[in-house]
Amino acid sequence: MQHSKLLETSVGLFVALGLVSLFFLAMQVSNLADVTGDARGYRVTARFQNVGSLKVRATVSMAGVRVGRVSAIRFDKESYEAVVDLTIDPQFDTIPSDTTASILTQGLLGEQYVGLSPGAESEYLKEGDKIDLTQSAMVLEQVISRFLFDKAENGDKRASETPEQTQVTPAAPVASPIPEAVVPGEGAIPDVQQESAPAGAIQ
Amino acid sequence: MMENPFQRLGRFTLEAMQKLGRANFFMAHVLLGSVDLLLRPRLLISQMFFVGVMSVLIVAVSGLFVGMVLGLQGYNVLSDFGAEQTLGVMVAASLVRELGPVVTALLFSGRAGSALTAEIGLMKTTEQLAGMEMMAVDPLRRVVAPRFFAGVASMPLLAALFSMVGVMGGYFVGVGLLGVDDGAFWSQMVAKIDFYDDIVNGVIKSAVFGVVVTWIAVYEGYDAVPTAEGVSRATTRSVVYSAFAVLGWDFVLTAMMFGDH
Amino acid sequence: MTVSLSDDQVLVAIRDLVFFHGERKIFDGVDLRFQKGKVTAIMGPSGTGKTTLLKLIGGQLRPHRGRILVDGCDVHRLRATELYELRKRMGMLFQSGALLTDLSVFENVAFPLREHTRLPEPVIRKLVLMKLHAVGLRGARDLMPSQLSGGMARRVALARAIALDPMMILYDEPFTGQDPISMGVLVKLIRDLNRELGLTSIVVSHDVKETLTIADYVYLISGGKVVGEGTPETIAHSDSPWIRQFVHGDADGPVPFHYPAPDYRADLMAAGLGGSR
Repeated sequence: MQHSKLLETSVGLFVALGLVSLFFLAMQVSNLADVTGDARGYRVTARFQNVGSLKVRATVSMAGVRVGRVSAIRFDKESYEAVVDLTIDPQFDTIPSDTTASILTQGLLGEQYVGLSPGAESEYLKEGDKIDLTQSAMVLEQVISRFLFDKAENGDKRASETPEQTQVTPAAPVASPIPEAVVPGEGAIPDVQQESAPAGAIQ
Repeated sequence: MMENPFQRLGRFTLEAMQKLGRANFFMAHVLLGSVDLLLRPRLLISQMFFVGVMSVLIVAVSGLFVGMVLGLQGYNVLSDFGAEQTLGVMVAASLVRELGPVVTALLFSGRAGSALTAEIGLMKTTEQLAGMEMMAVDPLRRVVAPRFFAGVASMPLLAALFSMVGVMGGYFVGVGLLGVDDGAFWSQMVAKIDFYDDIVNGVIKSAVFGVVVTWIAVYEGYDAVPTAEGVSRATTRSVVYSAFAVLGWDFVLTAMMFGDH
Repeated sequence: MTVSLSDDQVLVAIRDLVFFHGERKIFDGVDLRFQKGKVTAIMGPSGTGKTTLLKLIGGQLRPHRGRILVDGCDVHRLRATELYELRKRMGMLFQSGALLTDLSVFENVAFPLREHTRLPEPVIRKLVLMKLHAVGLRGARDLMPSQLSGGMARRVALARAIALDPMMILYDEPFTGQDPISMGVLVKLIRDLNRELGLTSIVVSHDVKETLTIADYVYLISGGKVVGEGTPETIAHSDSPWIRQFVHGDADGPVPFHYPAPDYRADLMAAGLGGSR
């Protein structure tokens, strides 16, 4: 009996150890703590011309702080637009109804997320509302070709003045892992590239 | 009589198919017999001890060293890009997605799988299985099913342990020895490692490996030629086939889970 | 042939048994009958498939032709659950004992009771001690099988075989490799158990002396056929040259000393001339 008690105890410890490991991986290593908040919250929709490579469960952030997640992405075959459902955490219930939603990239090659920039309305977004002002995902090829095109057209004009370029360097929602590398001379692109390369390599 | 190569290939294929078929019947029988285990959890517990608890040490020590090596190597590469802070991501992603399930499965097949094969093979050689049959006890239910389910249940736990200890090892080397920022190590990891994509998929992988490795181990033992040589060959086969099966399935599962990203 | 038995006296009847081991024919139309409450021995040289016969009776192997009836049931037409029910009423003593190496002597004997009955622990303990006492090993209950001698292991296996009070016991080479004392113990045990418990015993063996002392009836099998049968006296005084050679253990006779080979002289000369074989 003594023997089987020892045996059962050790098996119990083993199972507990395994479960603790799983729990550790879930809570400490992964983003489960963030994901579980999803179930609650209210849902708003936004229409985009192009969502790029935005994925379900991507971050929705405002001023660099995560306020919700993308809960669904559909295609509207009438208007040929992408319809994105955003689930906003319930505590962020004072988002103005004329807020702009843009699809941004974490670094040049990083994951895409939805950034909200607040408007000025006194009415707030609530369950089932639509965000009317949207800005589509940046498509890298288009940006580069525009950049080269502009460069060729007006040689001395700075490329970074084109409107798309401003999207390339958003305030990253997650604290940037790398101190801003100061690259002399060149415009925004080399700067961003350096910042995002390692993050992209992890994907 | 010389065989031509095609005849040999054909015979090899037919034999492999036959063996696969027998292994499937065997497994169906074991699964049917698993209902008994619910009534007698004690059998499962004692096998969990031999299969799971006895593998904890080797899995934990290996996990620690693998994590430390990842920390060291990852730091060397990432620091070239000034991206040491993403070390945690690299270590955790490698462990949770690949190394945890795969290395644990390989260790498990060497530590527990070979022991299962040898034990069952020896029970067959010494007529213990036949003896049970004559006592109207189905050895598949009494001997094989508890061992099989103990292996299947232990593997995800061991893989999780491996990954956790590995992350600790990476943390120890990265933050403790090489001076990566503590907060960045964890916050980057939490931001990049997805619960469903990475953790759940890793657990699914290790569960599949658990089925595959234990299935091979118990079947090779049960199918062993009942001689000393037969058992030793079966043990070798068990480890070799397990390694092939784990790496092959790893590719298939990785393609299914991470392929569409 | 010599004795005619009515069916209710026969516990096991084997009719026209044919069995192949791969390409090799082990049994070629064998008819055997085993009488209730008696010890019937099957003897023959090594490799005549005596163990195979026991496995056929126990339903572990399937014959290619013929039928085996145990207590009126055709063993190979039973469904799996019925076969298991039948096996509960059979005990088998394997040559190696086949004790479960990870259980103690006590637990080995308790094994069939725990598997097949829901008896409370004190009852199981009592039954196990009774069975162990019957084989004289009550004091060895806490030993592990690896600590037992071959003869003791067989006695424990015997205690386990009678744990469920079966109607018959199959003995596979019970005397092989035993010293004279354990041989004597086993002979006594088989005879006593048979008489006291009213068991039907089937003994497979090639130990002539011991087998003839305990058997009520003997079958001699060779080359897949029954080559002789009768009571031990008739077998011992048979005038068939083959039976005489087997019973007396003569080196040469109808079963030749030499494995079939080419002519001795020619063989040696060929080697002497540097031939390849």
